[in-house]
Amino acid sequence: LNGINPHTLLFAVYAALACGFALAVALSSNVVRMAFYLVLSLAATSGLFFLAGAEFVGAMQLMIYVGGTLVLLIFGVMLTAQQRFVSMRSSQGELVLACLMGAALVTLLVTSVWRVPAWRADPPAAVASDTPLEPIEPLALALMGLRVDAAESPAGGASRGPLAGYLLPFEIVSIHLLVVLIGAAYLARTRVAVGSVTRKTAAMYLEDHSDGPSGVGS
Amino acid sequence: MMAHHGPFAAPILASLLSEPAGVAHYMAVGAVLFTAGVMSMAVKRNLLGVLMGVELVLNGAIVNFVAIGSPYLRGDDASVGLDGQLMALFAIVLAAAEAAVALGIALNYYHTVGSVDVDQATQLRG
Repeated sequence: LNGINPHTLLFAVYAALACGFALAVALSSNVVRMAFYLVLSLAATSGLFFLAGAEFVGAMQLMIYVGGTLVLLIFGVMLTAQQRFVSMRSSQGELVLACLMGAALVTLLVTSVWRVPAWRADPPAAVASDTPLEPIEPLALALMGLRVDAAESPAGGASRGPLAGYLLPFEIVSIHLLVVLIGAAYLARTRVAVGSVTRKTAAMYLEDHSDGPSGVGS
Repeated sequence: MMAHHGPFAAPILASLLSEPAGVAHYMAVGAVLFTAGVMSMAVKRNLLGVLMGVELVLNGAIVNFVAIGSPYLRGDDASVGLDGQLMALFAIVLAAAEAAVALGIALNYYHTVGSVDVDQATQLRG
């Protein structure tokens, strides 16, 4: 146990959590439990991002995904639940077939990934030598359209040419998010139409209370 | 090569834990997340389960982006640099937008059909 790399040990823990809970999402039939497993899987994935040195992406994963998207999904679960713990089971044959296809797919992907020599190359000594964290400013400046990371690295700027900033994609994605949220609010609104539930309850309320004042008087 | 073989799993596990984690390890995790998402999309009868499968697939893609762009896993000259992290950020935001629209569609579907079972969506005779 002397040669254990602590970085690799933490990676193994987070990877096992992420993969295990993702498979639990795929194999569970209870939608509430699936949502809970998805929360744990996404949180473990943000741990992987922290280990890879992408702290900002990991924090955004926790805030947007786990804090926002999952809360949205859980609201969807609650708004569409007929009774408690709805479980719609698919047939056993479909499940077995899906497991076989999934095993084939993951075998194909992992073996093809493992054969790329550049991805199997000896990692740099950055982890071993306790390289300090990368500052956040290059990321923020790249979103503002300014690439300072390319200018600093000696080989990057010359070999790859000037790197593009991300100001236009940032603006496009922000407008896209605004349009999407307006559209989602429009889609999810409750319609009050003739004969709808709201009118019916109002009519029932009026029926129940139509004899109210006279009943008190007599 | 090895003097004593012992239990089969022990040397493999030890070599996995002693060599540093690289891009290929992250890619393998991304592949497992992707496969779990595809299985969820294919098998689930609950519409929200299908949505969770989509989230898992997107998450696998984000893991790959972060791994490719990480300066810790590849050398500074081999890494694609900040582009990987920026693409991961855009993918996270687009996943949030996708979840919002899909939830709106799911609520409309529930109001129309009275259930979230995707097998009951037969109005278009698809």
